[in-house]
Amino acid sequence: MALWQECVQPGESWSLNLKRGNRLRLHDLEGAANVAALFYNRECPTERYNMPDTLKAQHTAHLTAGHILYSDMGRVLCSITADSCGWHDPLCGFTHRSQDNLLTEASRNGLGMRDLGPTVNFFSKVVVAGDGGMRFVEGHSRPGSFVELRAEMNLLVILDTGQHPLDPNPRHAAGSVRIEVLAGDPPTEDDLCRIQCPENSRGFINTERYFL
Amino acid sequence: MIVDQVVEAGTYWIHEVRRGERLRIIDLRGNQAVDTLFFSATNTEERYSATGTMVAQRNIYLTTGTTLVSNYGNPMLTIVDDTCGRHDTLAGACAQESNQVRYAIEKRHMHACRNSFLLAIVDPKWKLEKRDITANINFFMNVPVTEDGGLRFEDGISEPLKYVELRAAMAVICLISNCPQLNNPCNAYNPTPVQVQIRAAE
Repeated sequence: MALWQECVQPGESWSLNLKRGNRLRLHDLEGAANVAALFYNRECPTERYNMPDTLKAQHTAHLTAGHILYSDMGRVLCSITADSCGWHDPLCGFTHRSQDNLLTEASRNGLGMRDLGPTVNFFSKVVVAGDGGMRFVEGHSRPGSFVELRAEMNLLVILDTGQHPLDPNPRHAAGSVRIEVLAGDPPTEDDLCRIQCPENSRGFINTERYFL
Repeated sequence: MIVDQVVEAGTYWIHEVRRGERLRIIDLRGNQAVDTLFFSATNTEERYSATGTMVAQRNIYLTTGTTLVSNYGNPMLTIVDDTCGRHDTLAGACAQESNQVRYAIEKRHMHACRNSFLLAIVDPKWKLEKRDITANINFFMNVPVTEDGGLRFEDGISEPLKYVELRAAMAVICLISNCPQLNNPCNAYNPTPVQVQIRAAE
């Protein structure tokens, strides 16, 4: 049962508070969505999503269920608790058009240009070849695909539904997205994300200490 | 030669590089990681963008011909010479907190690149703060990505005296932390000094 939900049209932006324990579900309605997302500690926004720390702790260059998003402070901002899509891109950032939207959302929350770092691009897939070449996989996400995030800290989330920077589609538009916020339970001892790797267990220890 | 200086492992170096000048970083003993950020010298809100640079060249590795792109979409520097072959921009800088996650909660005390970055920008003349410390370049570091989306930390491909040289397309501030990491095979658990040189515009 959603606490609230909202439909975000292609090329639009949104920002929201997500309380520790609550879940954010993103639905790709037409199978054409890209959601560029940034995450901040609501109480101290200089703590924010850190792409390199997230990738190296989990030895991954893509994100899916079982992965967590690390802040620059060694804590878990949120966990990916469910994912029907299998791959979300953390490598490519956002287009100039999306940057204006993200900057607007950042500004209305007291943040600015300096606070925009690498995003997670939900529903988009970019594979890297042996020579380092990057290839955007068209048609990766299906209509009705969804991904669910569980907040492990109190978060400010900034979203933009603009086109992925490597998407060759000349329409310059992506698909619309339904965002849903649901109540949830804190992670159990045998939580999928916590036990994914020893690094993540330590990330959860750091996070739980913050809330003691 | 405008600048010619050795930067010991575990220390930082911050310096302006003017338009047209060339910055050379020499891996004196091999397999060192040189964590590097660039900012526009006239507006530090404009800075090196790892994602923008990778997307512009559609490749994750930096080497000769790579143009480093800013968060405003402008060319900042171009790599004009590279005897190492490729450099990383995905693995970021070590921090005390990420060391806790990656190695052990008890390893918080160990010196880390982010400390060096933060110390380097204490002087307000640089107009930089913590939130300006974003995804950096790791010169001489080898972090391959696999086709199935994995990320590996491999032994370095650099060797003693390999170097990379960049020509500035705008006036930039170069911020370097010469990595002190003792827990990672990328530098064979042995951080070593590097040399930085700035040559005048031709």
